Amino acid sequence: MSSTTPILEARGLTRSFGAVRALDGADFDVHAGEVVALIGDNGAGKSTMVKALSGNLALDSGTILFNGAEVDLSSPSVASHMGIETVFQDLALAPHLTPPQNMYLGREIPAPGFLGKLGFLDNKTMRARSKVAFDELGATVRSYSSPVGSMSGGQRQAIAIARAVVWAKGVVFLDEPTAALGVVQTKAVLETIRKVRDKGVGVVFISHSMPHVIEVSDRVQVLRLGRRVATFQAKDTSVEELVGAMTGALDAGAKS
Amino acid sequence: MSNDSISAKNATADAAGVAADASPTGEPRSEAAVSPDASLLTSGSEGGIGGFFRRIVKVQSFQILLVLLAIFVVFSALAPDTFPTWSNMRLVIQNVSILAVLGIGMTYVIITSGIDLSIGSVLVFSGVIAAKVMQGMGGDGWGTAIVGILVSIVCGVLWGIFNGLLIAKAKVPPLIVTLGTLSGALGLAQVITGGVDIREVPAVLASNIGYGNIPGTTIPTISVIALVLLLILGVVLHKTKFGLYTYAVGSNEESARRVGVKVDRHLIFVYALSGLMAGMAGILSLAQYSTTAIAGQSTTSLAVIAAVVIGGTSLFGGVGTIFGTIVGLFIPAILQNGFVITGVQPFWQQVAIGAVLIVAVYIDQRRRAAASRATKTGKRSLAHLFRR
Repeated sequence: MSSTTPILEARGLTRSFGAVRALDGADFDVHAGEVVALIGDNGAGKSTMVKALSGNLALDSGTILFNGAEVDLSSPSVASHMGIETVFQDLALAPHLTPPQNMYLGREIPAPGFLGKLGFLDNKTMRARSKVAFDELGATVRSYSSPVGSMSGGQRQAIAIARAVVWAKGVVFLDEPTAALGVVQTKAVLETIRKVRDKGVGVVFISHSMPHVIEVSDRVQVLRLGRRVATFQAKDTSVEELVGAMTGALDAGAKS
Repeated sequence: MSNDSISAKNATADAAGVAADASPTGEPRSEAAVSPDASLLTSGSEGGIGGFFRRIVKVQSFQILLVLLAIFVVFSALAPDTFPTWSNMRLVIQNVSILAVLGIGMTYVIITSGIDLSIGSVLVFSGVIAAKVMQGMGGDGWGTAIVGILVSIVCGVLWGIFNGLLIAKAKVPPLIVTLGTLSGALGLAQVITGGVDIREVPAVLASNIGYGNIPGTTIPTISVIALVLLLILGVVLHKTKFGLYTYAVGSNEESARRVGVKVDRHLIFVYALSGLMAGMAGILSLAQYSTTAIAGQSTTSLAVIAAVVIGGTSLFGGVGTIFGTIVGLFIPAILQNGFVITGVQPFWQQVAIGAVLIVAVYIDQRRRAAASRATKTGKRSLAHLFRR
C-alpha cells in the first residue's frame, strides 16, 4: 500500500503460555483503508496476536504502535477508545439480550434530560440506529426484540460483525468471520469487509479459507510458529504459495 | 373454523402473490412461528398487540400467574366464605411483604447467575444490631426508630459489599461465600445477644409499620413499603442501564467485560443491593414481630430463592423479572393459607412447594435447551455457582 505510517503496527511481540511460545518476536502491520489477511496453521499464533492487539491479552515483550505512537493496550476499553474493534471466533454476544442491546452494550445512549441521569435509556434511538447499521451491511436481522441466543449462527455472526464495524474507527479484527457461514452469508461478509475498508478503516481478516483470503484482501501476512514469515500482495500470489509459506515448504517467500 | 381461516389466509396470500411476501405488513407464516416477535417489527400497531400477547403467553411468569389464579379459584370454591375475603387476603399479603423485599435483591443476584444464601442471617444480624442500638438509646419515639432503621440498612449493605468483594474480587464462588456469611452473620448475631432475643422495640415502629395500616384504610403499611420498593427496583431492573448490565453480566460475563462493562463493580453493587434489602427486611421484621427472632429465619433464604426461581428467573442467569418473583412468592403463601382454611395439614405446603420448584427448574432447563442453539452458554450447567 502507501508508504505512510501504518495505523496499527506490532514489533517483536512475545508471549508464552507455560512452556509454549505462542508469539515469538512476531511483527504485524495494517494501514488505514486496507484489508490485511493474517493466516497461519493452527497454533501459529493468530488468535494470540489478535487478542494482544485488541487489548485482551498482556504481552511478555514487544511494542505496539498506533498511528506511529507507542501505545499500551492494557484493556479492551482502551482499544475501543482508539477505534479498534474485534469480532472473536466465539462472537462474544450476550445471548439473552436483543440485537440493539448487544450493539450498544457498554455504549448505551441515555434518555434525554433528567431521566438519562437516572440511568434510563433511549431504546428507541438505539433500536433505530441499529436497524440502519444492520441494513447498511445487508445483515438480515429478523427481530430486534428477540434475544440473539435464539437466532441462527449466521444471524449472530452478522450482528457481531455489524457491532464491530459500527464502532471501529481505526482497525477491525475479524477472527474467522466466515467459519460458520453458508455461501450467501459468506459473500455478504466479504462484501461487508470491502465496504468497511472503503470507509477508510483498516481490516484484519483471519481465515483458513485461502480463496477468500485472496479474493478480499490487499496484503497477506503469514504467521508460523509465532513469527511473521512472509508478506504477499494478494493480487500477485496464489493458494499454493500461501499454503507453502504457512507450512514452511516455501521458506523463501518473503517479498514484503 | 380454524381450517376456514387458514384457507382464507392462503387464498389472500396467493392472490397477492409475490407482493404479499415483500410487503411490510404481510406476515410471513413460517417466520412468525420461529420468532414470536417478528410481527412487532414487520407490521403496525395491531400486529404489535398480537405479538405482545403471544410473547407474554410464552413468559414463565405469566404461566405461573395462571397457576396462582387456578390455586386461588380452587380454594375459593372449597371455602367461599372464608378464603376469598379481604381480611384473609390482607393476612396473606402482609405475610408475603418481608419476603418480597428480600426477593427483589435475590432476583437481581440470580439474574447475574449468582446466588445469595446469606439474606436470612443478614436480616437477623441487622435486626439485632438495630435492636441493640435502639435499646441503648431508649425511648419510644421516631428519633430512636429512625436511627434503628438506618443502622439496620447500613448493616445489610456492609454484609452485601463483603459478599460482593469476595465474589467479584477474590473470585470465591457465590454459593460458598454466601454459605459462609449465612453461618457467620447468624453466629455473630448470637454472640452479640448471647442467643437471647431482644424484645424491646420502639412502640412507633411496631404500631405504625409493623402491624399498622395506612391511615384511614385496612392496607398494611409494611405491604405498601414492599410495593414501593418493588416498583422502584422493578423499573430500575427493566428500564435502566444498571438493569441492562445486570442481565448482560448474567448472560455472558466475558462479553460484557470485553465491551467495557465494569463487571466486578457491578457484581459488588448487586450483592450490596441484596444486602440492602436484607437490612430493610431486618428492621421490618423487627417492627412486625417485636422480637429479633434469631432462630426464626433459618429457611428464609431458601424460601426466597424458591420463589424467585418459580417466578421464572433462571438460575443460569440472564433471565428474570421482578413481577415473576412476586407471583412466585404468592404461590407458597396462598397454598399455606388455603391448606389451613380447608383443614389440610399445612405441612403439605412444603411438599407442594418442593414439587413446584423442581418443575419450574425442569421447565427452565428444557426451554433453554430448546431456545439456545448449542452455544457455549447453552450447555452450561449449574456448576457455575461453584466456581468463578
